[in-house]
Amino acid sequence: MAAAEKPPVTGTGSVALDGLLTWVDQRFPLISTWKAHLAEYYAPKNFNFWYYFGSLAMLVLAIQIVTGIFLTMNYKPDANLAFASVEYIMREVPGGWIIRYMHSTGASAFFICIYLHMFRAMLYGSYRNPRELMWIFGVVIYLCLMGEAFFGYLLPWGQMSYWGAQVIINLFSAIPFIGPDLSLWIRGDYVIADATLNRFFAMHVIAIPLLLLGLVMAHLLALHEVGSNNPDGIEIKKHKDANGVPLDGIPFHPYYTVKDILGVVVFMIVFVVIVFFAPEMGGYFLEYNNFVPADPLQTPAHIAPVWYFTPYYSILRAVPPLFNSQFPGVVAMGVSVMVLFLLPWLDRGAVKSIRYRGMHFKVALYVFVVVFLILGYLGTEPITVWGQFGAWLDNADRATVAARVCTVIYFLFFILMPWYTKVDKTKPEPERVTH
Amino acid sequence: MNKLIDLAGKRGFASFNIPRIGKLLRSCCHGVLTLLPLGPAALIGSLVSPAVMLVSPAAMASEGGVRLDTAPINQTDVVSLQSGARTFANYCLNCHSASLMRWNRLMELGLNEAQIKDNLMFSGDKVGELMNVAMNRKDAQKWFGAAPPDLSVIARARGADWLYSYMRGFYRDPARPTGWNNTVFEDVGMPNPLWQLQGERVRVEHAAKSGGAKGGEGGHGDATKTVKYEMARPGSLTPAQYDETVRDLVNFLVYVGEPAATSRKQIGIVVLLFLLAMWPLVYLLKREYWKDVH
Repeated sequence: MAAAEKPPVTGTGSVALDGLLTWVDQRFPLISTWKAHLAEYYAPKNFNFWYYFGSLAMLVLAIQIVTGIFLTMNYKPDANLAFASVEYIMREVPGGWIIRYMHSTGASAFFICIYLHMFRAMLYGSYRNPRELMWIFGVVIYLCLMGEAFFGYLLPWGQMSYWGAQVIINLFSAIPFIGPDLSLWIRGDYVIADATLNRFFAMHVIAIPLLLLGLVMAHLLALHEVGSNNPDGIEIKKHKDANGVPLDGIPFHPYYTVKDILGVVVFMIVFVVIVFFAPEMGGYFLEYNNFVPADPLQTPAHIAPVWYFTPYYSILRAVPPLFNSQFPGVVAMGVSVMVLFLLPWLDRGAVKSIRYRGMHFKVALYVFVVVFLILGYLGTEPITVWGQFGAWLDNADRATVAARVCTVIYFLFFILMPWYTKVDKTKPEPERVTH
Repeated sequence: MNKLIDLAGKRGFASFNIPRIGKLLRSCCHGVLTLLPLGPAALIGSLVSPAVMLVSPAAMASEGGVRLDTAPINQTDVVSLQSGARTFANYCLNCHSASLMRWNRLMELGLNEAQIKDNLMFSGDKVGELMNVAMNRKDAQKWFGAAPPDLSVIARARGADWLYSYMRGFYRDPARPTGWNNTVFEDVGMPNPLWQLQGERVRVEHAAKSGGAKGGEGGHGDATKTVKYEMARPGSLTPAQYDETVRDLVNFLVYVGEPAATSRKQIGIVVLLFLLAMWPLVYLLKREYWKDVH
């Protein structure tokens, strides 16, 4: 359509604004984009609590980017200056501590939102046909987020930053043949040093954020192509009115924009409580040992990653070494994340939503959640945390055995999924959405 | 009286090994407690003295599991903070730096520049400078085995309870190069800087007479012996006065660890009140828009 042929924009109540918007719209798909993604994007009207976390994750992404920009203005990616520059931000930069605590709390908040967002998808089968690609974009976002968190965690250059990075990079050296060279290539030095810090800074502030933004865009475009799932797991596009509008759909704007603002305020209340009253969150969000500057010559007695990595860290530790190599554990840890990609094809259920699934799936999902939490807890603790069984079980650590059992159950959840979802006694889905 | 500190590991391990979940809950509770709108008076009270809700990093029993004493610190007690600053400047700031902290920030503790300069600074620095020390790190390493760490954020790394117990845990040990050992940090390279105040304690092992622990809160024992710390040569302070001096010092170190902590909580209350006031408005807005959705 030639520029002049588009209808002029009206209805803003101001002739000048109408004119301006018309001018822009004739040169840019302003009105059509607005309509396609907000005012005339029809979302099911029965979203519940679990549907807040997508928009909240976007909010946290925005918080991280904005606070990150301000942190970069005073942070120094230099092994001799990094630790002090963070404390400089905390002490000397006006408002620096708010920015820093928002960023450190935001990292954990991001994972909380993403984990709940993913759990929502599992509850209501949001990864199922036709939303497989959206799910794949989502898992890639999750992987990027893990990379972003890992790179960012080195930057304060505390003891946990240093030794946490040491543990993770050493995972790569467990890969047969190429491992040592690969880890050397990642570090840029024989030990974690200034070169590592500099490249991690580059990855953290440029490379991964760019990827994340692009992927979030792709995730949303895919969503708006196929439409949102809902707690009933049925397609609202099956029942449309004469204008082609789904009968159970409501325009995203203004309905879900005002609803999401409500979610934002509640989320911010929790966020603010942590930022202002418990920014360390008992050592979970900011580890105490990270207030000790990195010391390559002194290994801390207990190295634990930040809480959001601990389920996978548990799996890593649970797998026994083979031929004196940690590689099987590394593989198990990698597979435990990568298996998420297969979820849309592992699930053979006749229905999508847990509301209409049978006991098999419900039990499997709840056991999976419990196992994930136990693994997460165990990953924060030394393997000696629960003591030993004693002689009758070969003096095995209780925590290690528990982590092994949980690891097996974790994988069984996925391996057995095609079976238990298929034989599950499902209930009939409703024709139209329910509340 | 001078509390005696138990030797590592001899006493029940469980008493101090609070799981980290517990710490998390505790720090959450601190946050939530400030939230509970028990009434406007409570909130205004919080605004006036928010630092009473200090969330101290729960001390990690990392050094072999020593039971730590709770440090009775109070970040709003300006007198205590000033006294801690004096002890810090007199006794610590010769070997240890606090190089992330500026002298004139102590004006937050109610001191003016002249007072800081005349009472705390000995080296003719300017008040705008950082709390550095002249001691060369290489020399320090030679003298003590390890260079004394910077103390700017030590309270955040160790926790107030650890510092409080550590500074009260020195005893005479002729086997050590410095002649000092510590119940909290075994074989530490640091001699007791406050020995003139605390006095000199010695470790005494008694053979237990009848299988049980002898009386006294510090005494404990297994089947064969009881370990006690006894004051061999009293210092210039009574044990109670010494505890108070260390309390003030730790209070000051906690302040130095995060000088903005007090204003952080004050601002937090305001932000929280704003959000809590916003919530009903946003809720009503949502309800208004959604009233035609059935």
